[in-house]
Amino acid sequence: MIELVNIKKSFEGRIVLDDISAKFHKGKTNFVIGASGSGKSVMMKCMVGLINVDEGQILYGGTDFVKLDYNEKKTIRKEIGMLFQGTALFDSLNVEDNVAFPLRMFTTMTKEEVLERVNFCLKRVNLENVNKLYPSNISGGMKKRVGIARAIALNPKYLFCDEPNSGLDPLTSRLIDELIKEITVEYDITTIINTHDMKSLFVMGDNIIYIYKGKKVWEGEKSQIRTADNLKLLEFMKASEF
Amino acid sequence: MAFFEHFGKYTLFLISLFKRPERQKVFFKQTIHEMNSIGVGSFGIVSLISIFTGAVSTIQIGVQLISSLVPEYILGRIVRDSNILEFSPTITSLVLAGKVGSNIASEIGTMKVTEQVDALEIMGVNSANYLVLPKIIAGLATIPLLVIYSMALSIFGGSLSGVASDLISVDNYIKGLRTDFLAFSVTFALIKATTFAFLITSISAYHGYRTEGGALEVGQSSTKAVVYSAVGVIIFDYILSEILLSV
Ligand SMILES: Nc1ncnc2c1ncn2[C@@H]1O[C@H](COP(=O)(O)OP(=O)(O)O)[C@@H](O)[C@H]1O
Ligand SMILES: [Mg+2]
Repeated sequence: MIELVNIKKSFEGRIVLDDISAKFHKGKTNFVIGASGSGKSVMMKCMVGLINVDEGQILYGGTDFVKLDYNEKKTIRKEIGMLFQGTALFDSLNVEDNVAFPLRMFTTMTKEEVLERVNFCLKRVNLENVNKLYPSNISGGMKKRVGIARAIALNPKYLFCDEPNSGLDPLTSRLIDELIKEITVEYDITTIINTHDMKSLFVMGDNIIYIYKGKKVWEGEKSQIRTADNLKLLEFMKASEF
Repeated sequence: MAFFEHFGKYTLFLISLFKRPERQKVFFKQTIHEMNSIGVGSFGIVSLISIFTGAVSTIQIGVQLISSLVPEYILGRIVRDSNILEFSPTITSLVLAGKVGSNIASEIGTMKVTEQVDALEIMGVNSANYLVLPKIIAGLATIPLLVIYSMALSIFGGSLSGVASDLISVDNYIKGLRTDFLAFSVTFALIKATTFAFLITSISAYHGYRTEGGALEVGQSSTKAVVYSAVGVIIFDYILSEILLSV
């Protein structure tokens, strides 16, 4: 479980995260929803330490990530997998080497073991026979899948997905959603998903946090969302045609 | 003021690079890869530039010496010294500031704006160390070699143009090359080349690493990398000459 306690972040005096507290549960898909610019990505980057928070605690199973030094943070980071909005695959490496990257960097696996794990992960995301292709030569949906395969290569405890279906067609979006959901349940991962795609929330969401202009204004389970009485949330859902 | 701010940030950037690499083997492979890209990849352009600088400098110096009282072979000596001391290290480095500098800045800049650098950090890799240090080491290893190669080639180019334009005979040219040769001039050139190699790779990496935004900013970083590396080369050319050559 990951817990945020009163985190705050501002850029040059402009408040982007305003006193957010939240819990993200194990084996669940924890959704963070909100309009563009509401602060979802900044919150995620704070959680993984790419951006430092101004105040507050980020607890990974009770340990406050904010207070750790670089090397201690590294230990937690090795348990984190992240799927970036633009996938962030390494352009200079082919699909196989992208997925193998964390394995070569952080494990003492032999060549054969690495290849076996790579193929296992690629198969898990339904990609086969693309090992030698480069990121520039595969489609958006395939890139996302390679991104997921790379994120799960080291068996993470935590999976962060920033807008996993941005830029994908609806059909591919659903496939990616299902994949993330399956992996979360199968490996009992704490998964956090940023999105403004209400469809994917209804397909695969467990817990939901709604952020409006840097503030958490609603939280609950999927079943509660239709009966939610928060005006901002209703407005957001209405705009998404739900 | 902006200069001091940059200088401070650049220094901090350099300090952040020198950490023990995560995986020796991965780091070594990366360095070899960069040596290939920086060193072998610049072979062609350095060859071309060197032959022509040698050829042109011989003609220009030769023309100025005509009908003076100096013996013909002196031309060979002057061509040798000016190419070893100045043209080969400096012109080669200026060309590499353009080629290697823009390449490094745009590669790192693109990785920065497409979050590939963030992806490395998330995995727990020190991105500056992983991306930049191999490039600096590769530059330090290969650029001095390119400069030595350039010296040989420019002196050869000089012989071609000197003979072709009837300024000097081959025998006299060789006699000139052998007259009063100081090994220190090669040492000096290598000190320059090593310094320039460090400046080019580190300044370009610094600008690449600072890139934020998109494709436009990557282009701007690339331009800055070339301009500042070239300025660095020229300034240190002067400083090193002042310190090491003037007595
Ligand atoms: N590095 C930064 N410096 C300054 N402002 C930033 C930075 N990153 C994000 N912001 C601002 O924070 C706000 C929230 O952005 P973001 O978290 O990316 O929104 P989204 O919910 O669409 O992911 C935006 O107004 C954005 O301009
Ligand atoms: Mg975002």
